[in-house]
Amino acid sequence: MMTDQATLETTDKIIARFPEWVRPDERDGYEGYLVAADHLVEFAVALRDELGYDFLSSVTGVDYLPEGMMEVVYHAYSSLGGGALVFKVQVPRENPVVPSLVGVYPGADFQEREAWDLLGIRFEGHPNLKRILMWQGFAGHPLRKDWKEAYYEADAKPFKSRWPEGKVRRAEDLNPFGKNVEYPEGFDPSTWVFEGDDAIYAGIREIEKPDDIETEQIVVNLGPQHPSTHGVFRMVVTLDGETVVKLEPVMGYLHRNHEKIGERNTYLMNIPFTDRLDYLSSMSNNFGYVMAVEKLLGAKAKPPERAEYIRVIMAEFTRISNHLFAIGTLLNDLGAYFTPMLYALEERELILDIFEATSGSRMMCNYYRFGGVARDLPPGVYEKMRELVEDRLPRKIDELDRYLTENEIVRSRCEGVGVLTPEEAIAYSAVGPVLRASGVPYDVRRADPYSIYDRFEFDVVAKYHGDVYDRYLVRLEEIRQSIRIIKQALRDLPEGPVMAGKPQYQVRVPKGEAYGRVEGPKGELGFYIVSNGTPNPWRYHVRAPSFINLTALGKMCEGNKVADAIIILGSIDIVLGETDR
Amino acid sequence: MYGKGILKGIGVTLKHFVDTYIVDIKYPGKRYGTEEGIENRMSKDAAGIFTIQYPEEKVPLPEEFRFVPFLVYEENDDGSKKYRCTSCGICAKVCPPQCIWIERTTDPKTGRPRPEPAAFYIDVDICMNCGLCAEFCPFDAIKMDHDYELAVYNRLENNIYDKEKLGKPVSYYQAIRPSNYEAEVRAKEEAERKKRERMAARKAKAAAAKKQ
Repeated sequence: MMTDQATLETTDKIIARFPEWVRPDERDGYEGYLVAADHLVEFAVALRDELGYDFLSSVTGVDYLPEGMMEVVYHAYSSLGGGALVFKVQVPRENPVVPSLVGVYPGADFQEREAWDLLGIRFEGHPNLKRILMWQGFAGHPLRKDWKEAYYEADAKPFKSRWPEGKVRRAEDLNPFGKNVEYPEGFDPSTWVFEGDDAIYAGIREIEKPDDIETEQIVVNLGPQHPSTHGVFRMVVTLDGETVVKLEPVMGYLHRNHEKIGERNTYLMNIPFTDRLDYLSSMSNNFGYVMAVEKLLGAKAKPPERAEYIRVIMAEFTRISNHLFAIGTLLNDLGAYFTPMLYALEERELILDIFEATSGSRMMCNYYRFGGVARDLPPGVYEKMRELVEDRLPRKIDELDRYLTENEIVRSRCEGVGVLTPEEAIAYSAVGPVLRASGVPYDVRRADPYSIYDRFEFDVVAKYHGDVYDRYLVRLEEIRQSIRIIKQALRDLPEGPVMAGKPQYQVRVPKGEAYGRVEGPKGELGFYIVSNGTPNPWRYHVRAPSFINLTALGKMCEGNKVADAIIILGSIDIVLGETDR
Repeated sequence: MYGKGILKGIGVTLKHFVDTYIVDIKYPGKRYGTEEGIENRMSKDAAGIFTIQYPEEKVPLPEEFRFVPFLVYEENDDGSKKYRCTSCGICAKVCPPQCIWIERTTDPKTGRPRPEPAAFYIDVDICMNCGLCAEFCPFDAIKMDHDYELAVYNRLENNIYDKEKLGKPVSYYQAIRPSNYEAEVRAKEEAERKKRERMAARKAKAAAAKKQ
C-alpha cells in the first residue's frame, strides 16, 4: 500500500502538472482523479512515461443512470509495486465518447471493446471497436441500467414473489422462447440472411506478398468446438501454409452476463456466483470478491487471525490445484495425451477432497464470508493438509518434474515458442505466470500485499525467456512456493473464532467504490464494486486475468505454426468462465 | 546423451504402470469393494489404481457435503410430521438463484400469520447447491442433503420438489450429519438452561420484592 506520504506526493505532482482538467474525486467513499475526456491521452502518456505507472490493470465503465452520465474507471499500477492510481472520465449518457488509450497502453484493447459492447461507450481511435462478448448482430447494450434481460423479474433480489405468497412457476413458462428481442421497423426474420463473420474475416486477411509460387492464404477457425481450446473459445487464424500470419481471438461463447446478475444479487448472494467465474480455482475468486467488499465495510469486517490463516491456506491450495491442472492440460495440448494430465489430476483430487470436507463442495466452494470464513476446519482436515504438504505433494511434484521437465520433446516444442518480451508483457497488461515468465517479477502478494501475506517467506518465481517452456517452469516452481507458504501457515495457525461478529445475511455496505485484487493462480484477479448504500451493488465488475492475457495471444502466435498456437494458448492458461464472465 | 529426458520420463510411467499390478498383488482381495481399500485410495499413500469404481464402490461423503436441501420434521407420537419450518422466509430471501417459494399459513380466524408453511417449493433444477439456505435458517429447519443420485427422465414433471418430497425426519439428519446435529442439540440445551436461569432469577427477584 502506498503510504500517505507517497500518495500526497503523487497527488501534488499530478495536480501541479495538470491543474485545469484533473481534480480529485470528492464523492463520498470514492478515490482517485477525474480527468477531462479531451485530455485523457495526454494524461495517460504523462502517467506512463514520467510518473512511472506503466501497467494499466483495469478499464471498466459504470452507468450512472440517475446522474445521466457514464464513467470509465482506470486502475493503473507501477510494475515496481505499490498501490493503484485510479482515474476516471465522465461523459454524458446520451452519446458517450471517450478517447481510446490503446495507443498508450495496448492492454486496454479488449477492455475498451467490452465497455463498448456491454455499455455502449464509444472509444475514439480504437483500431478494432467491435463487439467482443456478444455476437456481432446484437442490438442493445446489456449492462445499461435500462436494458432488461430475457427472464427479467425485478430489479433487485430477493424477489417479492417468493415469500409470503409463494406461487411456484418456471421462468420458461412465462417467456417460452427466452426472448426479449425487439425487431426494428420492416425487419422480417424469415427472409433475413445472416452476413456471417465477414467483419472478422475481413479484418484478418493480409495483403498477399507477390511470390514465385501461387499460393493462397486461408482463414481457419480454431474452435469454438475444439478439444484443446480450454473451453468454448475461438481463434480465427490466417494461415500461409502452416504458419500463422495473423490470429484474432473471438470469445463470448460462455458469456452469462455475470456482472448484471451481480447487480441484481445482494452482496452475500454474489459469493456463490463468483465460484463460477474461474471454476477451477473457486476459493481465490471468493477471496477477491470478499476482500473488495470488506474494503467498503471497513474495520468492523476485519477477519480474526484464524480466519486469515485459513483463507491463505485455502488460497494456496487452490493455486496448487490450478497449476497442476494447467500443467496437465498443457502436456495434453502438446500431444502427450492424458498420461501426465492424470498424474497431475491425481494430486489435485486429494486437494479437492480437503475442499469437500471443509466447504462442502469440490469446486463451487462458497467458503469465504465477509469478516472471515463460513465455518471452521472439521476434525481431521488439519492432519490431512499436513500430510499432503509435508509428505505427498513435494514427492509427487518432484516426480512430475523428473517426468516432464527434461523431456526432449517438451523442450524442443516449447522452448522459444510464443515469446513475450518484458516490455510487451507490461504493455499488454499481462499478469500472473505469463508476466513472470517474461522476466517481470510482479506478484500482487509481494507488490501490494493483502491479507497476511507479508508474514510469510516465499519467493516470487520469475524466468527470463518468456516462452512456453518458461511458463511451465514458473507454474511448477510456484507449486513449490505455495507448499512453502502452507507449511508456514499450518505451523502458525492460531485458535480462535473464524468470523468477525455474527453471520449476517443482510450486509449493510456503505456508499463508495472499492477495487480488491488478489494474486489468483491465473494472475491478478480484481473486483471493482460500486455501492450506493442499497443491499445490491450498483456496479460489479470482474477484472479477469484470462480475458486480458489473451490480448497478447495474437502477437505471440505470429510466425509460429498452427500446432504452436494451440500450446501458446495452453500456456496462457485460460478458463472460459473467467474470460467471458 | 540425447534422449535421457525421455528415458527418465518413461521410467516414471513404467513405475506407475507396474505399481498398478504390484499394489493389487500385495493386498489381494482387500483393495476393491472394501472400506479400507477405498480409504487407502483416498489417502496420501495412494499408489497404483486410483479410481473409485463407481457405482460398485461409492466415495464416502464428508459430513459437510452439500447437495439439494431438505426440510427437517420431527415425528409426533401418533406418526404425524411436525415440520420445524415456520415460514419466516429467510431461506427464500437469501437463496442466490431464488429457487425457493414459500407460502405462509394465515390463521383463518385471526388473519395473522401462523408459523408453518402452507406450501414450500424448491426448484431443484435452479438450485446451485450453495448451502446459504441451511446456513441462515434460524430454526434448523432446512438442511443440505447428501443424496446426489437424483437423475430423472422428465425434469418438467419431477424437479419442483414440494413439501412432501422435501421432508425428511430428524433421525435421517442425525445419521448423515452427526456432529452438526450434536452441536445443535448442545446449543439448544445451553439456550434452555440460560432461559431457565433467567426465569429463576426473575422469580427470585419478584419473591424478594413481594416480601418487602
